[in-house]
Amino acid sequence: MTEAATYAPIYPELVLAIGAMALLMFGAFTRETDDNAQLGGWLAIVILAVAAGMILAQPAETVTVFNGAFIVDPFGRFMKLLMLAGSAFAILMSHGYFKRHRALKFELPVLILLGTVGMSMMISAGDFIALYLGVELHSLVSYVLAAIRRDDVRASEAGLKYFVLGALSSGMLLYGASLIYGFTGTTSLAGIAAAIPPGGVPSLGIIIGLVFLLAGMAFKVAAVPFHMWSPDVYEGSPTPITAFFAAAGKVAAVALLTRVVIAGFPNAVAQWQQIIVFAAIGSMLLGAFAAIGQTNLKRLMAYSSIGHVGFMLVGLAAANADGVAGILIYMAIYLAMTLGVFAVILAMRREEGMVEDIYELAGLAQTDLKMAAVLGVLLFSLAGVPPLAGFFAKWYVLAPAVKAGLGWLAIIGVLASVVSAFYYLRIIKIMFFDDPKPAFEKSDAALVFVMGASVIFTLVFVIWPGPSILDAANAAAVTLKF
Amino acid sequence: MIYTAIVFLPLLGALVAGLFGRLIGDRPSELVTTAFLLIAAVLSWVVFVDVALGHNTARVPLMRWVTSGELDTAWALKIDTLTAVMLVVVTTVSSLVHLYSIGYMHEDDSRPRFFAYLSLFTFAMLMLVTSDNLLQMFFGWEGVGLASYLLIGFWYKKPSANAAAIKAFVVNRVGDFGFALGIFGLFYVFKTINLDALFAAAPSAVGKTMNFVGYDIDILTLLCLLLFMGAMGKSAQFLLHTWLPDAMEGPTPVSALIHAATMVTAGVFMVARLSPLFELAPTALQFVTFIGAITAFFAATVGLVQNDIKRVIAYSTCSQLGYMFVACGVGAYGVAIFHLFTHAFFKALLFLGAGSVIHAMHHEQDMRNMGGLAPKIRFTWIMMLIGTLALTGVGIPHLVGFAGFHSKDGIIEAAFAAHTAHNYAFWLLVIAAFMTSFYSWRLIFLTFHGPTRADHHAFDHAHESPPVMLVPLAVLAVGAVLAGAVFTEFFIGHHYKEFWGPALFEAPDNHVMHAMHEVPEWVRWAPFVAMLSGLGLAYLFYIVSPTLPARTAAAFRPLYLFFLNKWYFDELYDFLFVRPASAIGRALWKGVDGAVIDGTIDGTANTVGWATTKVVKLQTGYVFHYAFAMLIGIALVITYFMMKGGI
Repeated sequence: MTEAATYAPIYPELVLAIGAMALLMFGAFTRETDDNAQLGGWLAIVILAVAAGMILAQPAETVTVFNGAFIVDPFGRFMKLLMLAGSAFAILMSHGYFKRHRALKFELPVLILLGTVGMSMMISAGDFIALYLGVELHSLVSYVLAAIRRDDVRASEAGLKYFVLGALSSGMLLYGASLIYGFTGTTSLAGIAAAIPPGGVPSLGIIIGLVFLLAGMAFKVAAVPFHMWSPDVYEGSPTPITAFFAAAGKVAAVALLTRVVIAGFPNAVAQWQQIIVFAAIGSMLLGAFAAIGQTNLKRLMAYSSIGHVGFMLVGLAAANADGVAGILIYMAIYLAMTLGVFAVILAMRREEGMVEDIYELAGLAQTDLKMAAVLGVLLFSLAGVPPLAGFFAKWYVLAPAVKAGLGWLAIIGVLASVVSAFYYLRIIKIMFFDDPKPAFEKSDAALVFVMGASVIFTLVFVIWPGPSILDAANAAAVTLKF
Repeated sequence: MIYTAIVFLPLLGALVAGLFGRLIGDRPSELVTTAFLLIAAVLSWVVFVDVALGHNTARVPLMRWVTSGELDTAWALKIDTLTAVMLVVVTTVSSLVHLYSIGYMHEDDSRPRFFAYLSLFTFAMLMLVTSDNLLQMFFGWEGVGLASYLLIGFWYKKPSANAAAIKAFVVNRVGDFGFALGIFGLFYVFKTINLDALFAAAPSAVGKTMNFVGYDIDILTLLCLLLFMGAMGKSAQFLLHTWLPDAMEGPTPVSALIHAATMVTAGVFMVARLSPLFELAPTALQFVTFIGAITAFFAATVGLVQNDIKRVIAYSTCSQLGYMFVACGVGAYGVAIFHLFTHAFFKALLFLGAGSVIHAMHHEQDMRNMGGLAPKIRFTWIMMLIGTLALTGVGIPHLVGFAGFHSKDGIIEAAFAAHTAHNYAFWLLVIAAFMTSFYSWRLIFLTFHGPTRADHHAFDHAHESPPVMLVPLAVLAVGAVLAGAVFTEFFIGHHYKEFWGPALFEAPDNHVMHAMHEVPEWVRWAPFVAMLSGLGLAYLFYIVSPTLPARTAAAFRPLYLFFLNKWYFDELYDFLFVRPASAIGRALWKGVDGAVIDGTIDGTANTVGWATTKVVKLQTGYVFHYAFAMLIGIALVITYFMMKGGI
């Protein structure tokens, strides 16, 4: 095998990184016009698509490079494809928004591509160093993206808050990693797994390190009590960026968390399981209760996504292959539904500008039945009403939890989803039964496309592509060591 | 094939009229259902000749129905003499009632619905009588109950009709509860509900006991009593009879078909069909006899004083059903079915005749507002006379008589031959026969004879019904005259065993069918005398001295009121069941539903609102609060693990 062929597993990441650089050059050396910026965006989508194609072409096996620091396995590939889709759709939806706000810049796709490299690194990290590199690359990009509209006070505030709290969480993550390194003498996940003896209780130092490590990663996934940044950041950031955080960012963070605890701490399950259960309950309940008090749709979606993360953590708490498969399925469905809802939010535009309040949707069924129907279906799905996709998402994380003896946790989950149904259904009630407000302007083709794709996915998931996603998820889940 | 056609033609008719009635129109709906029923009736007579006279029994499997664990039940038609008799009764009366309804209902707006219900009822009834297992019988049982409910409440805009429909349904639920328990019990004991298998297994359970609500009871006695409870409900026997008179709220053809000739006799059919079980449970049979005799007597007393023409006939039906149960109870199943057979003709005749009277009088049903109608509606009068002659059992002993004479006197003789305690069954039936004669002739005299009491407008406009209504009357009249004389020898004669074949079972020590032919001479003449004295008394009361009834009623006022108010059963049940149930319902509604459930739900909703407010308040927007929350969180988790020592 030649030297170059050894690095074949990281070709997709290389494409992304080099593509980002090339795009930067393209932007720097062309005139700063909207058209060029938009062209850059399309090129970024092409690069993402190429990377996705290469990932699809990779053989279904587990290979490691850089001495185990970078793991390419079916689990990672599944998550990467979702993440790339999230990034691509975010770029796709960003054009109209930024053009209208006169903020269309060629840096945006470049930043997203760099963030994507970071996220790819997070998903594949087999070592604390790689992990930290990925997290930081993604975080730095995120801070900038949140505040990319420098003239907007809310966006700037969001970026700043994100940065300060992110730095704190980074510190915790790093502190936890150091403690664990101190007690095990290694930074690689496989090494840590080997260093903790099976059956016994890990030393308190490792546990405290684990707590800090999990706190840092819980911040990334926005799980309670490390969630508080997300409503503010989601609300303040430009909407396409929020979609990027809520979709791609969530995928990478959840993948990272899953891989670290499953691959790195198989002999400390009892310990991390308690933390995950704690975070899961907190997230599900907070996501349900706090969202009821929200009237801003983006903020509401922030709480909604906290709740959904809580459900994914239930799957993780099951600590078995079924649970991980559940996370993968959940992630795929959540991604589709979230992108669809953000497409609708982006389409909520009147002459005077964007609106985000749920009461602006009043009577949408009369002014734009198609959009009302799309949002209606997505909300029903988010609420977990069968036979829509959202129901299966919840089913495949709750069922393994019940099997793993966490029936009570599943019950809390079901109760939380009952409470959360309230705020989803309230929006449907507003759309279909309240007196209509003025109609929205015509949506961009890109948004219509995303809405359509998302709603079709949600509607027919049970027939297609549900079964094939299910198979892929099951195959991917077992590649993590149990 | 022919059997399948008989059973499913009515269903087909019901579907056509019910689903496409609006599409194809009123008249085609009527014609389709009626034509199908007429075909089924003709086929039934063919089957009757083939099966009952030619002894070609059959079992026609239609499909596997329920297979679950030990329960393996097919949907099959069991065709033997008993079934054949029932097929003839059901399809003949039903087809005539269909025909009659074309005339009777011609002013109604929703005739397709009516005919669909009628045909649906017929299908359910045919399912019942062809059942091969108890599940199928229960299906038919509930099907006829449903159709009965729909038809009693056919005029759903009338509150009294709705109330009557609900009453019929609820009272039948009581009986069905017992029936269902009986079926469950049979399955529990014998692991099958297929009739043939049950009959084969039943003797093994003789003398064994099972625990039921804390008592050890003889298995077969218990199960037969439970099954009989269902029969009591369906056949309106004493204690569960209250729904039948109210069911007269339905259109008159319905009363004739369902509440006289067919559905109400389902209980009798069931006991006869399950004779292999009942024969092994003498105690249960004694109970059947007792209830039958009481009902025959009780219903007759109430019938004496009713003023609504249909109610008189309804109580008469109730009373005659009591006769049939007495016959079952003493082991003379053939006689019971014979009476069922003849009764179907003359009772349907009486009901349809009453319908013709009501039709003539523009929906007047109170006999006090009739009288002197004979010249106006001569044909109906003759028909009603024939029906009355048949019901009261006019005939010369040892010679020949109307249909009721052969079957009813047969029952009375069997009751005597069975030697119940002090011959109570015999005497009750004879007294009931006297009262039957009295109230039947009272009906005729009050309606058709004497000076009219109708307002002259109604009387002047009284008119004979159209031929489509009169033809069924004539056909039934033929049956009422001849059915007894022609079929006596087959049903209850010396060669009855040959006729019935294996359809009816008699225990080896059951000789009542022979003994009834050897009763003393005075026993044969007793019902004859009772019938004549009833006629004479009615003639005296309503023709010779029309003031006598009022004076008698005044003289025996308490007794008169007791009868008039139907022994106060409705009031008693209202006090015992309806009001407590309604009180419990009210308590559950106000207390449990209102306070507890609504309170819990409202409370939950309020709690959610409260929690939301608190949680939202936590989100202050200050970065240091957020950082503080993170640190508190991590501190809590670490403290937790340190306290627990890492586990």
